Amino acid sequence: MAKLPVQFRLNGSDRAGFVDPAGNLLDLLRRGLGDFAPKYGCGQGTCGVCTVLIDGEPQLSCLTLAISCEGRQIETASGMADGPNLHPLQQAFMDNFAAQCGFCTPGMLTAARALLAKNPNPTRDEVVEAISGNICRCTGYEPIIAAILAAAAGGAGMRRA
Amino acid sequence: MLDVRSCASLSEAAGIISGDRQALLIAGGTLVMREVNEGRLTEGTLLRVTDPAFRQVNASGGRVEIGAGVTMAMVLANRDLSYLHAPARGIGGPAIRTMATIGGNLFAETPYGDFTVALLALGAEVVVQAGYGSGRAVPLEDFLAGRERGGQGLVTAVQFARPQNPSEFLFRKISRVKPKGISVLSIAAHLPTSGGRLVQPRVAYGAMAPVPMRARGVERALDGKPLDTAAIQAAKQAALEGTRPATDAIASDWYRREILPVHLGRLLAGEPR
Repeated sequence: MAKLPVQFRLNGSDRAGFVDPAGNLLDLLRRGLGDFAPKYGCGQGTCGVCTVLIDGEPQLSCLTLAISCEGRQIETASGMADGPNLHPLQQAFMDNFAAQCGFCTPGMLTAARALLAKNPNPTRDEVVEAISGNICRCTGYEPIIAAILAAAAGGAGMRRA
Repeated sequence: MLDVRSCASLSEAAGIISGDRQALLIAGGTLVMREVNEGRLTEGTLLRVTDPAFRQVNASGGRVEIGAGVTMAMVLANRDLSYLHAPARGIGGPAIRTMATIGGNLFAETPYGDFTVALLALGAEVVVQAGYGSGRAVPLEDFLAGRERGGQGLVTAVQFARPQNPSEFLFRKISRVKPKGISVLSIAAHLPTSGGRLVQPRVAYGAMAPVPMRARGVERALDGKPLDTAAIQAAKQAALEGTRPATDAIASDWYRREILPVHLGRLLAGEPR
């Protein structure tokens, strides 16, 4: 069956690719467009490592049909830093030792970014809820929660990078 | 090979589904794309519905209608559906809730499908459209009983009478992982009262049978009684009637039977879990 073209904005740039009709967005991002920030973890919607923002909303790219993204705005963790300057969330993750193996980190950052965009001053419970769909097997979550709260305290939610 | 087809109207999608047994609706993708990613679904046609009616909510009147394509996040954003916020919040994390739909939840295999448990306690009907005609309302219990047979048509919406008093609707999901995990079991109860006594209460369980089920023994034990200690005790004694829980990676059937009356009693008494 013929591949289908799809175009969207990826981290602020126009990008296009060809996909199998039932191909998922994660596959297009990684294999087609070379954005390796979102990862393939479970393929079932359990782990959250493939989380991206689609029109500002967090979604799991492994469960999203690539062709359903035509004309939409996709944001991944790759687009968070401004050149050499880390996004405040990334800086807070570094300062709080919130990444160990790093596999969950892009998904965690994206989930946190979605939270702070809507709720710049979240409570601890709201942070826990926001990352409840993202699994980390290294940190025990505490450094991640601390990093997100620290980024919020520093005004990370006000910046829309 | 899997093909994907977009349908601008619900009628078009219903027509295709009725005529092609290999056609399958994809909405949020949380069920269908799992099958695709695992290589279990490799043939047929996936249908995407772009009809705005599929994602419409009418919740302000006495009769509530929620389009099958409405997501858990949309339910949470709707103040008129506040009584359904607890079951909607119980589904996955924020990313899953942005994607997962009411219609999809009706097809989620146990121990998933907690939102359907809430709909069962509300006495919901499922609007099923077969072919190009108009939809017909099927009681949710009948729909669930026939779900495995398939071929019922396209689910376009769910309908139910709005609870007169939202505080009379209770929901609890029990999971081992905090804050979010797969259900050991879930319980929903709609407990309308008149003159201090319960009138036709409806109680439903998730993960206590192959599909979400009504707790008829509990309903009988509560009907016509004030919700006091004696009634709650009677409800707990009747809690296991008709249950057929499975043993799976989350819990054994024994464990589910052991904890159900405990959590039912706490829910009815308004105690924390």
